[in-house]
Amino acid sequence: MIEAVLTLSGLAAAFGLVLGFAAVRFRTEGNPVADQVDALLPQTQCGQCGFPGCRPYAEAIANGEADINQCPPGGEATITALAGLLDRESKPLNPENGEEAAPTVAVIDEDVCIGCTKCIQACPVDAILGAAKQMHTVIESECTGCDLCIEPCPVDCIDMVPRRQDIGDWQPPFPDEIPQWQNKQ
Amino acid sequence: MSTEQPLLRLPLGFEYVLPLLQHEGDPAEPVVAVGERVLRGQVIARAEGYFSLPIHAPTSGTVTAVEPRPIPHPSGLLADCIVIEADGLDEEEQSRPAIENPAAVHPSRLRNRLRECGVAGLGGAAFPTHVKLNPTGERQAEVLIINGAQCEPYISCDDMLLRERADEVIAGVQTMLVALDCPRALVAIEADTPEAMAAVDAAIEASKDERIERVMVPTVYPEGGERQLIQTLLGREVPSGGLPIDVGAICHNVGTALAAWRAIHYGEALTERVVTVTGEGVHQPRNVIARLGTPVADLLSFCGGYTGSAERLIMGGPMMGFALSNDQIPVVKGSTCVLAASDTEVVTEKHAMPCIRCGECAEVCPASLLPQQLYWHARDRDLEEAEAYHLFDCIECGCCDVVCPSHIPLVQYFRAAKTEIWARQQERQKSELARRRYEERQARLAREAEEKKRRLEEKKASLAARKKGDKEVKSEIDAILSRVKARRQQDSGEKGD
Ligand code: SF4
Ligand code: SF4
Ligand code: SF4
Ligand code: SF4
Repeated sequence: MIEAVLTLSGLAAAFGLVLGFAAVRFRTEGNPVADQVDALLPQTQCGQCGFPGCRPYAEAIANGEADINQCPPGGEATITALAGLLDRESKPLNPENGEEAAPTVAVIDEDVCIGCTKCIQACPVDAILGAAKQMHTVIESECTGCDLCIEPCPVDCIDMVPRRQDIGDWQPPFPDEIPQWQNKQ
Repeated sequence: MSTEQPLLRLPLGFEYVLPLLQHEGDPAEPVVAVGERVLRGQVIARAEGYFSLPIHAPTSGTVTAVEPRPIPHPSGLLADCIVIEADGLDEEEQSRPAIENPAAVHPSRLRNRLRECGVAGLGGAAFPTHVKLNPTGERQAEVLIINGAQCEPYISCDDMLLRERADEVIAGVQTMLVALDCPRALVAIEADTPEAMAAVDAAIEASKDERIERVMVPTVYPEGGERQLIQTLLGREVPSGGLPIDVGAICHNVGTALAAWRAIHYGEALTERVVTVTGEGVHQPRNVIARLGTPVADLLSFCGGYTGSAERLIMGGPMMGFALSNDQIPVVKGSTCVLAASDTEVVTEKHAMPCIRCGECAEVCPASLLPQQLYWHARDRDLEEAEAYHLFDCIECGCCDVVCPSHIPLVQYFRAAKTEIWARQQERQKSELARRRYEERQARLAREAEEKKRRLEEKKASLAARKKGDKEVKSEIDAILSRVKARRQQDSGEKGD
């Protein structure tokens, strides 16, 4: 009797171990490293990194298929953060992917817009509102400034403008970023 | 020096510039058009939401513009303003009846009135008064502290107001007690302002109100800070990141009490305030009552104009104030003081040296912080560490700046670090939103593709069915379905490879 109990519990324990190991070893969905990388990307979804969005780029980095310096919207800050996360050397942005620029948003010239819906189809974050044959408009707070709607517009009525700065967004500079302070040091 | 002259009202000017954001919270929304005639006290911009205040015309005249103008803000940026050309008649709008017996009405009615009248904290922060009189949370207000202690050297507008209008201030305190449903009030006066103290004592005596008591506090900067005042008066410490109400206290400025009284008793909107005009750069330093929207230049010329030693214009005090880029910038609800400073009066760009770790700064910090540590972390942009050292408890009083033998502009570092942290949080929220929208879109596209495929197949099937006639329909459909099924299996088989 006692042997039977021992054997059975021994078996149960062994199977448990095997299953647990399998769960870790053969995990299919969810990629924790990609999640962490994705959390550091700016989510502009512009594709300048050579991937169709931030998530695919994050997965490529996690799988070692892409370098960490390919995201122009994130720029230096993102590269530094990624280097920290992955314990690698930071490096300058790859110029082939583009240049770091001030954030912008799209504006549609509503007098010119013909309502073709092509921009809506291009926008990765559904930031454009409008229906067929009606003029379209960009929801400013949701536009990531990815530029993807510019190209498809047949009447060229979309412009990228600098993201508006409210007085509340103003940031006082660090004293060591004010040139005259540095000169005095 | 600004208290030697009596309080005087500035004569009417020609043009008034009213920024839409003069208070903490959301900017007001203009309700007047260019060319419209307005009366004093008329709402020209309405409050947008609970955490906002309306703006009223400071005198009668014509709206000449609604446009961005320089406003009193450290950035020197422009912001939307309503510009009124005065007609010199100063006609008033009388649309808000007096609330005769404040003790008999519901507190919410008093708060609504204060909101309608645009009353904000006049001690400098311009926090909407109705919000502050409506504390949410566990604790009841046990004591109302009326702050008559100036929070900075040079500023004396509260002192002057108490000397000349203590009775109205005390009446305001009584209405605030009703609005808060609070049993007790302390009026804090600084030890070196005996005239104000006498006036307050007389006013309390006359009111025969036993709930109100005058207390003396030492003249030590920054005694006027809320947390410091609560510590001195009640011996209670407001927790880090908490509010005074967490220890049962609410603080209001004396000027706010007066404005509250006038709003309730006369239905008067907040269209003027006491401003200290001082510094070695102006001939006759004094306190004046100025309409909101008055250009700073008018205040200075009323006080005898600039002396030769005026070096820069500062709004607020010498420690926490900020430089104005020109003197056409208007007086707003939070303008306590205009300082025309000589170069000895402000800490201008002195030669900054490396930190010698002397510890003087920690010695004087009223918030018991370690400014030296904060400085190192801010300098290294290690903002998480700075936060861990309670960066957000820094009240930016400037005490550490003043004692630092190396003249390091510590507060500038702290201010920059705080704003940087806020900006990063906002950026993070923005990308979080973009991520969500991107994922939702991906999901939607997948769903749509699936849907399209299904509809196409159905259509094919029904077309075929119509051609062949009813009899064969069933077998035909079955055949198609099995073919589809087979294809699917094949598809998934391929995908699996
Ligand atoms: S380049 Fe554009 S799509 Fe690629 S990670 Fe950066 S923001 Fe995202
Ligand atoms: S509106 Fe244009 S620029 Fe803005 S997110 Fe959409 S596609 Fe990109
Ligand atoms: S400014 Fe300096 S002294 Fe004042 S609270 Fe902040 S760290 Fe402390
Ligand atoms: S007072 Fe100045 S020099 Fe002394 S420890 Fe503080 S920051 Fe350093």
